Amino acid sequence: MAEHPGSAGSRTPVNHPSAAPDVGLFVTCLVDLMRPAIGFATVKLLQDAGCQVSVPAAQTCCGQPAYNSGDRKNTRAIAQQVIATFEAFEYVVVPSGSCGGMISHHYPSLFAADDPWKQRAEALADKTFELTVFLADIIKSSHIKAVYKSTATYHDSCSGLRELEIKDQPRDLMSAVVGLEVIEGEQAEVCCGFGGLFCVKYPDISESMLDQKIADIVATGAQLVTGGDLGCLMNIAGRLSRRGVATEVRHVAEVLVGMTDLPAIGAPEQVEN
Amino acid sequence: MEQTTETFTANARRAMANETLQVELARLSQGFPQRRQQAADRMPEFEALRDQARDIKNHVLANLDLYLEAYEAKVIAMGGQVHWARNAEEARAHILKICKSVDAKTVTKSKSMIGEEIAINDYLEKNGIAPIETDLGEYIIQLRNEPPSHIIAPAIHVSKAQVEADFRRVHTDLPIDRNLDDPTSLLQEARGQLRDKFLQADVGLTGANMLVAETGSNVLVTNEGNADLTYALPRVHIVIASLEKIVPTLEDATTILRVLARSATGQDMSVYTSFCTGPKRPGDPDGPEQYHVVLLDNGRTELLGSEFEEVLRCIRCSACMNHCPVYKAIGGHAYGWVYPGPIGAVLTPALMGIDGAADLPHASTLCGKCESVCPVRIPLPKLLRSWRTRHFEMQPARSPGHLALAAWAWIARKPALYHKVNGLIIAMLGAFGRKKGRLKWLPLAAGWTSKRDFPAPMGDTFIQQYHHGARGDASGQWLRRQQP
Repeated sequence: MAEHPGSAGSRTPVNHPSAAPDVGLFVTCLVDLMRPAIGFATVKLLQDAGCQVSVPAAQTCCGQPAYNSGDRKNTRAIAQQVIATFEAFEYVVVPSGSCGGMISHHYPSLFAADDPWKQRAEALADKTFELTVFLADIIKSSHIKAVYKSTATYHDSCSGLRELEIKDQPRDLMSAVVGLEVIEGEQAEVCCGFGGLFCVKYPDISESMLDQKIADIVATGAQLVTGGDLGCLMNIAGRLSRRGVATEVRHVAEVLVGMTDLPAIGAPEQVEN
Repeated sequence: MEQTTETFTANARRAMANETLQVELARLSQGFPQRRQQAADRMPEFEALRDQARDIKNHVLANLDLYLEAYEAKVIAMGGQVHWARNAEEARAHILKICKSVDAKTVTKSKSMIGEEIAINDYLEKNGIAPIETDLGEYIIQLRNEPPSHIIAPAIHVSKAQVEADFRRVHTDLPIDRNLDDPTSLLQEARGQLRDKFLQADVGLTGANMLVAETGSNVLVTNEGNADLTYALPRVHIVIASLEKIVPTLEDATTILRVLARSATGQDMSVYTSFCTGPKRPGDPDGPEQYHVVLLDNGRTELLGSEFEEVLRCIRCSACMNHCPVYKAIGGHAYGWVYPGPIGAVLTPALMGIDGAADLPHASTLCGKCESVCPVRIPLPKLLRSWRTRHFEMQPARSPGHLALAAWAWIARKPALYHKVNGLIIAMLGAFGRKKGRLKWLPLAAGWTSKRDFPAPMGDTFIQQYHHGARGDASGQWLRRQQP
């Protein structure tokens, strides 16, 4: 993936996080609006790992809807806002591979070489990490203490897998969760048919892709589907619910903190006891 | 070939309702990717070879004028002729003129995507010359009067039973008890029919997997040997190729051959790999008397130096479509022109214009699987996105797409307002849906809710809760319990 040097392994500050890394959390618009619990789980994971976490209130969206619709002008404007809001942190952590990839992989390509924003975009790109990459590759300390009695299958979301090379990190982290058994889906790396606006612009094609994904999930026999991107998870959960399949869906951050007392994505509210 | 890119959505819907097609697509997208992976695993230097193949093609594209001139001089030195064609019309005219000069009645033809691009079969027929496809897949779709739906497996959309029915319909001398229910017997039947036609043809028309500047040769890769009978038996061999097929040397050609079959079918090498250089020389026991190359531009030189130049590296292996979940869902015909799959979604707008083909670059999740398997590392998602940008910038500023994005971007840049407004919407959606956990219908979101439920938001946004304290919903309770 050509334009930006640096998969997770080659970035500069990687090997020497400070004693209490100063982390800015970019929570993503979907997590903010749809499922704040993922944000809280992320904060807990980062704090447990010894990070100083800040959540700037001036954050909204990373700009992907504009970027993938071909609207470069608005994408740049939003990118500038994100850069200005987050560039002071030692690290920026994002509980999403696609939004993380947007910042660390695509932002630098938005600005011309002689634009001062280019350098700022590159600097931010170099210190922005998807959550599981940050925990497994940067912080590297084993601090997962959760209990989650279930069988889970992990869906590799496309941007995370292919732009950020996220594969082992979430699995390594989940292996520390007590009681959790991970069952690999044969098609774990195949797209679920979300694709941002794709899924509403081409609902029929998306449905066909999604049903393949669901067949693969069901074939694992796992009780839970998890993954690192809420967009994909909402897509999968919405179809499971429409088809009356009982498999639960949760973001990997929820699994890693053992957040079982919340209804799963798209599931009805539980009765409090 | 007739362009139907404008009705992409309807094409796709039809394809997804076609059960035979769906069975064949499922088979294809299992088999080819598995075999490619096995081939790559057998070869430790496969990734390095992909880099080399990419570099060779980049070098050629940066020096295309020099290599084309060198190639032409070499073809002429070997006794052949080169005919330059700016567009499809000129290419067709060259071919017809050569055919007429030898009073050709039939032309045998081995698979050529450029042949499809210039619709040569229809043109020859209109001019009283019978084109005969000799690749089994092409032979089948010629009988069915259909365009190919895949680059290396043109009849992938046709089931074995349909082929048998077509053969019985057209080969009227077939005894009713003749067994035709396995691929080998179908192949034998087609071969039997084609044998005489190979011998009778006046002209053999082939494509080219590569053109070698060093030797003036064209390279042909097949698994059936039909290309060899096509160019070796008739008096005249015409090669039709687009000009980016040039490679500098035989060494470069073999580097590309090493990634081509592995990426395409997972074979280490295809069954037949032939290098044709000029016509028969004095003393040669066989070969054509005339050797012609028709070199087609058809818009490609305009891509040089543009953001789309990298698409010209393509060696037509089909790995991108074999691995594409969208292709798997809708097959090749839905893409509406000669080249299907991710490569078609980039190339078709480049050659035919983005106006009538805007769906192609949009109908992708940009999942990136295509780029990850491309033997010459074409950044297909990036190029698809570039087409989206090009198309977006062509729309009037007051188009609904522009206005919606502008409104969204405006509020996304006013965080305080953004959080206030979205907070209200989310509170409302949460109140409606939280109990059941999902909404079956949402205003303005039919694209989503026609196929899936909408998982209900929890009710409070993260930013609001984090900065103003939880309001006592489920996530807030969870938060309070976690804190000392």
